[in-house]
Amino acid sequence: MKASSDAFVRRLLLAVACTTVLCLLVIAAFIFKEGLPFLLKVGPGNFLFSSDWRPDSGHYGILPMLVSSLYVTFGALLVGAPLGIAGAIFLSEFGPPALARVAKPAIELLAGIPSVVFGFIGVMVLAPIIRGAAGGPGLSILAASLVLGVMILPTIMSISIDALAAVPQSYREGALALGATKWQAVRMVVVKAAGSGLLAGTILGMGRAVGETMAVIMVAGNAVRMPRSVLDSGRTLTANIALEMGYATGMHRQALFATGIVLFVFIMILNGLASSALKRRAGKR
Amino acid sequence: MTPKVEVRDLRVFFGGEEALRGVSLDIAANRILGVIGPAGSAKTTFLRALDRMNELKAGCRTAGRVLVDGEDVYGPACDPVALRKRVGMVFAMPVPLPLSIYENVVYGPRLNGVRNKAELDGLVEECLRAAFLWDEVKDRLGGSGLKLSGGQQQRLCLARTLAMRPELILLDEPCSGLDPISTARIEEALSLLKERHTIVLVTNNTKQAARASDETAFFLMGELVEMGPTGRIFTNPSDKRTEDYVTGRFG
Repeated sequence: MKASSDAFVRRLLLAVACTTVLCLLVIAAFIFKEGLPFLLKVGPGNFLFSSDWRPDSGHYGILPMLVSSLYVTFGALLVGAPLGIAGAIFLSEFGPPALARVAKPAIELLAGIPSVVFGFIGVMVLAPIIRGAAGGPGLSILAASLVLGVMILPTIMSISIDALAAVPQSYREGALALGATKWQAVRMVVVKAAGSGLLAGTILGMGRAVGETMAVIMVAGNAVRMPRSVLDSGRTLTANIALEMGYATGMHRQALFATGIVLFVFIMILNGLASSALKRRAGKR
Repeated sequence: MTPKVEVRDLRVFFGGEEALRGVSLDIAANRILGVIGPAGSAKTTFLRALDRMNELKAGCRTAGRVLVDGEDVYGPACDPVALRKRVGMVFAMPVPLPLSIYENVVYGPRLNGVRNKAELDGLVEECLRAAFLWDEVKDRLGGSGLKLSGGQQQRLCLARTLAMRPELILLDEPCSGLDPISTARIEEALSLLKERHTIVLVTNNTKQAARASDETAFFLMGELVEMGPTGRIFTNPSDKRTEDYVTGRFG
């Protein structure tokens, strides 16, 4: 009786696990089925490197969106990575342990705030400030970068904190016993030992920035043209899909799926890099 | 001759608990002091009190005095970072820093601002030779210190400590995880090192203290039971508890 119920639970869990993987496969297959024929017909070069996006007259160049996505993503990294890593170093190495115990769950809670709320704050607070201080429309690549930078903080911080916590105490003591100051020990030994974990956190944060849609639509301005500066309005790949999916038909619709393929491949590459960085860390022990 | 280190009524508390209970002793320059005693006798706490490593743990409090060359280690004028540059420490678990062999050795000197490549190169060879490691690693100084065997790692840690040119070297059970051959190498290195350094060797292996040290201190339950020349402690101890321990009747 006991053994058979055990086997039942095991099969049930296996089925659930398979369903999850299956979902991913079906999504991937669907995107590729819809987008790949289009990509082959138009040609990946024309699709990726033409800056003419006029679906109603048959021009499908996503370069402006690609560039905006890259701008916004790296902008977010410039904001989120230094803040996140520095914050993680402070919390795990310098701050009182009691603070770290409170702060880490709080940071993880930040990840649970709906992105529309971040977007809302961006529109109501950040965009007017940027418009007033630097000119331009306010709703811009800069605004999107700042909002996304804060949104990816929890990812970067919580993975970085875990990476720093995994550095054996003996490394710190070894450096301190050699007459290093606390900061020297952290900078030259602890950060180096946790390096691949910090990198993995940053890459995963980057993945989040690439994929984020709602907050970006709200604050980036969404103009379909090549951004000339960070104060310009820009439309990211994700925003483009979300904004046009509602009315797109035929080739246009396929072009959006092809955009999905680009994002899909991009995220796969980033996740691959992150997991190889994490694996390298595990292998070093 | 004035002693290198004077310890007076040294007490260390963790939380409310008194781990080290009023230890007083002198450590002579250019000698090896062996510290023996069963597990939990506060040998390591004593050792770590000498270079203020205990205070890295939360809830630790130290009372009493430790004078190194007459300077009060716990006095307000003493900077623990500067102190640890003069007092080297080798831990029970060999922990090379996650750097190359070369970088491990020059880590301390670099902190002290040594930049001259030739000087660093010379230091690396000298210290690795002194730790009896040079011949085994001279062709792969750029390789990771973490890839060495346990015995080699411990000798690397010793070399890295020597590169600081410390006056006082503290060793916390440096051979506890090592095979007899590696242990012999380390003991051989120590016997040469005492010409230029003063050494405190905490060990769980009483035979090692008998072999390697000039003087021996026996700790029990946080107290110093007895200290004297190693020969006398092992052949004619004055305290019954010391005799029981060194003859293997307990511990």
